[in-house]
Formats: sequence, structure tokens, C-alpha cells
Amino acid sequence: MTPLTLPRPQRHSRIFLIVAALVWLTLYQALAPTAQALVAMLPVDPASHLGGALEFFFYDTPKVLLLLTGIVFVMGMVNSYFTPERTRSLLAGRTEGLANVMAASLGIVTPFCSCSAVPLFIGFVQAGVPLGVTFSFLISAPMVNEVALALLFGMFGWKIALLYMGLGLTVAIMAGWIIGRLKMEAYLEDWVRDMPKLQASATDTPMTLAERIDAGINSVREIVGKVWPYILAGIAIGAGIHGYVPQDFMASFMGREAWWSVPLAVLVGVPMYTNAAGVIPIVQALLAKGAALGTVLAFMMSVIALSLPEMVILRKVLKVRLIATFVGVVASGILLVGYVFNAVL
Amino acid sequence: MDIKVLGTGCANCKNTIALIDQIAKAKGVPITLQKVEELRDIMSYGVMSTPGVVINGKVVHAGGVPSRDKIEQWLTV
Repeated sequence: MTPLTLPRPQRHSRIFLIVAALVWLTLYQALAPTAQALVAMLPVDPASHLGGALEFFFYDTPKVLLLLTGIVFVMGMVNSYFTPERTRSLLAGRTEGLANVMAASLGIVTPFCSCSAVPLFIGFVQAGVPLGVTFSFLISAPMVNEVALALLFGMFGWKIALLYMGLGLTVAIMAGWIIGRLKMEAYLEDWVRDMPKLQASATDTPMTLAERIDAGINSVREIVGKVWPYILAGIAIGAGIHGYVPQDFMASFMGREAWWSVPLAVLVGVPMYTNAAGVIPIVQALLAKGAALGTVLAFMMSVIALSLPEMVILRKVLKVRLIATFVGVVASGILLVGYVFNAVL
Repeated sequence: MDIKVLGTGCANCKNTIALIDQIAKAKGVPITLQKVEELRDIMSYGVMSTPGVVINGKVVHAGGVPSRDKIEQWLTV
């Protein structure tokens, strides 16, 4: 990949983008026929269970990887426009309400590493971003991220991806707004409250298109390089189920009729910690076995948005009461999402 | 050269330290490498996204593992 990271003139960057888009589209179009041809070459009956499972695997693996690569690349470029410093200065000094909506939306496009959550939190509060608005950002950023969206899109279709995004944003906006209403500033740890106030400023270092492309390539290398084993596992499970397991295996205890399935999913999901990619194989398995969509999405959201290790780190800056409120409000929001989903669909 | 890596101890922070150490050794540049994990100290540098890199008291990088090129640039000055 070294030649790609060398500086290029602007015109070459545009050509690179166009060529990359064309190659991507061509590959994407060629997926279904290639998968069929591959299975036809193997000594199995295409109409059999095994044939179906294999075709599913050969088609879905490259499809999901292609989608993920495309979306992560585009988001890597978009991220280069939104540094945390810039997001902070956009949000500083605003009153709650609209700012919660802005914060949750900026959470999608601002690059965010989970280990930065606490420094970001302090940095936001220090610069006068209201507490509730800060929470809206912190809830949305890990939950509604490009990996989760790309994987949902690739495995379950764009409708579920959009629904997940809309619901994730709603939970982040509402939970942040409620935490703001509760006026919990007193439950920040004392040293955080006593830190000198900062003027939020963002110094923009202008980037060329070539540098933004490099940023996109880097995030592909970093993210896709890390999550592909999870994806393979998820699709293998999906393919296995595709051919064999009866559809409504899970329906009796995670189906729509079981009212307690949503709270159970959230309860199990909260202490669990994994990233969006790690949870996808489980989601795949649950859905395919007949678990209700709302229940499964609630599970996925609580795994990604709330976790024990995160609470331990947050404890350094928040008093127990504020952490409990945060967990309570977010978990209730997710619960509501699960129920609404199961009722509507 | 006095280099500090700011971070709460996540994988990216460890990678950053390892990478700087490796490049400094390869180039034969003498450095003192130190990690800053205490939140209060990290915040005192005004860094919001970790890992951050501080060279001789000045923040030169924040948010993510720095690229090899970037580290080599720091070490040649």
C-alpha cells in the first residue's frame, strides 16, 4: 500500500476516487454470479442444504466485506472533517434541546476510540458543553458507528440499518436530554468540577484531498483488518443456520409473544462488552432462529452502549449516582425501543 | 529527547509506545519514553482524544496511533 500513501496532486486524487468507485461497483455486481459459479464447480448438489449454505457463505462473505470496506473508507474521509476539537467548539455554550440532536448526530461522524471516552467527556464539560449534551454525544458515538451500520446493512438489509441508526439516535438524544433535565452537575467528581474552564477553540489544519483519501485508507486497514474474523464467524453461523436449523427454534423464548424477552435481552447485554463486530455473529444467530427483531436490536444496543469496563473508567470522573442515572436512563430507552419495535413490526 | 505518551492504557496507547520505541531504536536516537496514564495528568495537557504524544513538553499528536512517517519526522529533528 506504500504507493498509495505518497502525496499526489489533486487531480490524481479525483481520478483515484473515481476508479476506486468503479472497481468497487463492478466487484459488487459480480458477486452473485461468481458465488453461483463457485458452488456449481463443487461436487455438491446446489439444491441441497449444503449447497444452499455454501452459496450463502460464498456470496455473503465478500458482499459484507465489500460493503464494510466501502463504508469505512467513506467514513474515514468524512471523519477527517470532524475532529473532536471541532465538534466540541460546535457544541460549547449551547442550550439543551437542539444541541442534544446536534451532539448525537455529530457522534456518528466524529472519530472516536472507546478509550478516549473519558478524556473527551472531561474536555467537553470543561469547555462549557452542557452535561446532558455531552451525554448525548457519548451515547451515540460508540452505538451508532459505521461498523455497526455497515454490518447491519450487509447482513440484514438497509431498512434494518436505517432503523438501528434512527433508534440509536433517538435513545442518545432523549437520554442526554433527560440527564440534562435532572441537573446532575453536582455528581461530577470534585476534581472535574474544579478544573479551570477552557475556551473551546478548534485550529483547523487544512487537509488536501489526497490526505483525506489516506485517512480513509488508513481506517480501512485498521478497522477491516481488525473485524474480519468476527464477520467470517457471523456469516459462517448464518450459513449454518441457513441450511439446517429450524426457523422458530428461538421464537418460543425470544419471540414477540414473550413480553419479558426485551428486559432479559437488555439485562444480559449491559454487562457484556464487545464491539459492534463481535456482537454481529450473535445477532445473526438469534435472528435466524426466530428471535424478534426488537429484542435482538435491544440486545445489540445494550451490549455496545453500556458495559462494565466503561463504568469502571467513568467512576473516576462521575459519582455513583450519576453513573446509575446514566445506566438507568439509557437502559430504559433501549427497553422502550425494543418494545416499540416488536409492537410495530 | 523526552517523549511522553498520554493514554488510559488501551491497546492503541500500547501500540503507540511500542512503535515509537522501535523506531527510535532503529534510528539510534536516544529518548526517554514515559507513559502518562493518570487522567488528571492527561487532561492537564489539554488532550481530548488519546493516545496523545508529548515531545519535550509540547503536544505533537492526539487521537489514534501516529503513522510511522510522523514518528520518523519527530525523531529526526
